[in-house]
Amino acid sequence: MAVTEKDAGTEALKRGARRTALLSPRYAGVGALILVIIVLQFFFTNNFHYDVAIKIGLSAIVCVGLNLLIGYAGQISLGHAGFFGLGAYSSAILTDSYGWPPLASLFAGLVLVGVLSFVLARPILRLKGHYLAMATLGMGIIISIVLNQEVDLTGGPDGMPVPAFSLFGWSPNSEPAWYWLVSGVLVVTVWLSLNLIDSSIGRALRAVHGSEVAAETVGVDTTRYKVLIFVVSALFASLAGSLFAHYTGFLTPVVAEFFTSIQFVIMVVFGGMASVFGSVVGAAVLTALPEFLTVLHDYEHLVFGLLLMLTMIFMSKGLLPSLIILIRRRLP
Amino acid sequence: MTLLVVENLSKEFGGIHAVEDLTFSIAPGTIHSIIGPNGAGKTTLFNLITGVYVPSSGSIRFDGEEISGRPTFELAKRGISRSFQNLQIFFNMTALENVMVGRHLHQRRGLLAAMLRFPGSVRADEAARQKASELLAYVGLEQYLGAEADSLPYGALKRLEIARALAAEPKLLLLDEPAAGCNATETQEIDDLIQKVAAGGVTVVLVEHDMRLVMGISDHILVLDYGKKLTEGTAEEVRGNPDVIAAYLGAGAASEAGAASEAGGGTEAH
Amino acid sequence: MLAEFLQFLFSGITVGAIYALVALGFSIIYNASHVINFAQGEFVMIGGMATVFMMAGGLPLPAAMLVAVAIAVCAGLALERFAVGQSRGASVVTLIIITIGASIFLRGLASVVWDRNFHTLPSFSGDEPIRLAGATLTPQSLWVLGVTLVVAVLLFWFFTRTLMGKAMLATAHNRLAAQLVGINTRFVLMLSFGLAAALGAIGGILITPIAPTYFEGGVMLGLKGFSAAIVGGLGHGLGAIVGGLIVGIAEAMGAGYISSAYKDAFAFVLILLVLFFMPSGLFGVRGTERV
Ligand SMILES: Nc1ncnc2c1ncn2[C@@H]1O[C@H](COP(=O)(O)OP(=O)(O)OP(=O)(O)O)[C@@H](O)[C@H]1O
Ligand SMILES: [Mg+2]
Repeated sequence: MAVTEKDAGTEALKRGARRTALLSPRYAGVGALILVIIVLQFFFTNNFHYDVAIKIGLSAIVCVGLNLLIGYAGQISLGHAGFFGLGAYSSAILTDSYGWPPLASLFAGLVLVGVLSFVLARPILRLKGHYLAMATLGMGIIISIVLNQEVDLTGGPDGMPVPAFSLFGWSPNSEPAWYWLVSGVLVVTVWLSLNLIDSSIGRALRAVHGSEVAAETVGVDTTRYKVLIFVVSALFASLAGSLFAHYTGFLTPVVAEFFTSIQFVIMVVFGGMASVFGSVVGAAVLTALPEFLTVLHDYEHLVFGLLLMLTMIFMSKGLLPSLIILIRRRLP
Repeated sequence: MTLLVVENLSKEFGGIHAVEDLTFSIAPGTIHSIIGPNGAGKTTLFNLITGVYVPSSGSIRFDGEEISGRPTFELAKRGISRSFQNLQIFFNMTALENVMVGRHLHQRRGLLAAMLRFPGSVRADEAARQKASELLAYVGLEQYLGAEADSLPYGALKRLEIARALAAEPKLLLLDEPAAGCNATETQEIDDLIQKVAAGGVTVVLVEHDMRLVMGISDHILVLDYGKKLTEGTAEEVRGNPDVIAAYLGAGAASEAGAASEAGGGTEAH
Repeated sequence: MLAEFLQFLFSGITVGAIYALVALGFSIIYNASHVINFAQGEFVMIGGMATVFMMAGGLPLPAAMLVAVAIAVCAGLALERFAVGQSRGASVVTLIIITIGASIFLRGLASVVWDRNFHTLPSFSGDEPIRLAGATLTPQSLWVLGVTLVVAVLLFWFFTRTLMGKAMLATAHNRLAAQLVGINTRFVLMLSFGLAAALGAIGGILITPIAPTYFEGGVMLGLKGFSAAIVGGLGHGLGAIVGGLIVGIAEAMGAGYISSAYKDAFAFVLILLVLFFMPSGLFGVRGTERV
């Protein structure tokens, strides 16, 4: 009796798991993302459209990584533009001044950012709440000041040129080529992140957010996982930064500014914390909006700030999760 | 052989001696209760044993090794797990995932394997899911298998914490007021659950204000008052001790309570 | 040697006093609501900019200053009433984003209502420098120090001697208990935002004759004020003042003796060191988190 009952339960669990698997973010979500990427491209009539889409993709890569840290693990960072900037400048300096191949420079950037974020993570992530915000903010600003002041290396505020990207002889030399490259990287980023969240590491990260002390009492080394995800999110930012440098072909320290960090965080929170696709949506809306609202140029700050406050006050879960809740309510 | 030995343990919070010069030991395979009035230092003691607080002085030995001041997650590895008086649920996950976190130590935890979804990592995850669902059923929460943790009622959350702690397969399980806020039926269920867990070979340390539960279930009881040991012994020994009654109800009420406890021991102290 | 040192010290103390005013604003709001108001720097900017434009509109300096403080206070009250106050119980991250949104909004508003240029104010009482052991001190620096001192004393009096001040402290300590004894905590919140805005605006007015301001001029001042608040211990009044002076002096000494290019970096290096080695600041109390 007890045995059959248990088996029935297990069967139901498996069936349920299979059904939800097909609707899961991993399959349905990634499928939808790929579909959108392909379909969208038919609507692009000029390079400006591609340009906006590429910038969206690059921001989305950063934001998906940052969301692992902020949304899932519950640790804020107001300094990730620093890592974005370090990746960008590593690529720029190594290819332009030292003639390294772009791919090697990109990896050198990843190593630099990986080591730096690892070293900083331990003392920084011991802090909580506002103190953590302050420390990451300080870290980002210091990086940005260094990039501004080391004129011999970076060209300072005037910026520096960046040679074209190339990948085993192939070079994305048109907007559409960049579009496919960035989209490909984004899809891989999303897929890796979804896998991570749905693993024991992902659960440990969410547990850190839910209750650090409870996570520790079942054996989760919370410090280790916070450090881990800080480094992973920094690496995503560095990768996107390297691509950004080659794509724009000219780099200024604005990429590493405090305000750039804030923009990344805003995209994450606006799109929806602890929602990978929310970050993509957040990056898309907030990157595209200013590009298409150029008529509002003078009012850009005003509108942006107002929008931000309104979303946070009336949809504190963020855009995508709020939409999903709304749709679920409509469909019984 | 003793599982846990606490010697001259003290913890101060800026002048308050929450635990003071406490010495006791816990034998394996027992249900051991710690009782005492509010503020006696019971939760603080749990926090010391599980490494949440660092002792001001004294020693704690588990399985023969000194563990005082070790980090909490390391003690979990050695086999100490617990529940909390003030619920510590992962409200950002489902009930099942809460228990799956408890399987953390028994799962592969490679970053690349997880990100690339290696088959081994997927299988291990399935096993953890399976084990967690069994544990939910074990504590009587099978109806919440797919539920978000924040949709569970209070009593269920208490049991969810126990399931999560059990998922780590501890040798020593510390339960901080598992029956608080529960009605008579729920308390009886917790009672049964604790006995079931202990019968499975886990040593249980229970902090509880429900005297009927404590007296009925415990092999051994330690009474704390103002951070110090008032007395310890079997339920009978403790029940009859006038100091205990005085500590709980104030000296004046001692005789009255003594009569009540003789009549069946149903006093619930608050 | 000494003259040089004194010169750096004077400029450090002057700018440090401004940081202290901003830090006090942070601490007052933090105490009342546990919100870090990232728009605090914008109050400083509003103070300076509004005074400039009121004077351009024909008001004499004292009247322009009063109007500027009033405008900043209105901005502060509106921020509490329409944004922060709408989000009771939201997470720290949400609140941080709301106040960042407010700061972007206020900057945008300033750039539209006023303009995007740099502006300065005349010194309050001339520019004849005062010589002191080889170093010079401008009269405006004395104004900064004097006003900051007066404000600090007034605040101290307010929080220790008046019923309203005590009500604010009580609310900071335990909001529920404060409500139970009949304190209007809603009003306390409004008051704290108004007070913080006034402090920021005063700082902005004082510093504009020394350092010209523009619509984004509040960002760095705000962040350094935040650093100062944390160096001193978040929510601690005396800590905010000492923290402000430390950040100001460290910055001036760093710029003078080490590298003027990295002037802005010193405050942040200092804050990282403090956070790593003294996470609750100089005056903050360290407690054990309860479980
Ligand atoms: N983190 C802390 N910081 C300061 N004081 C604390 C802390 N934790 C506990 N205390 C104090 O230590 C004493 C013992 O508290 P504890 O929570 O251990 O009591 P308890 O026996 O669990 O009480 P209860 O039955 O009410 O749960 C109390 O005076 C309490 O205020
Ligand atoms: Mg307790």
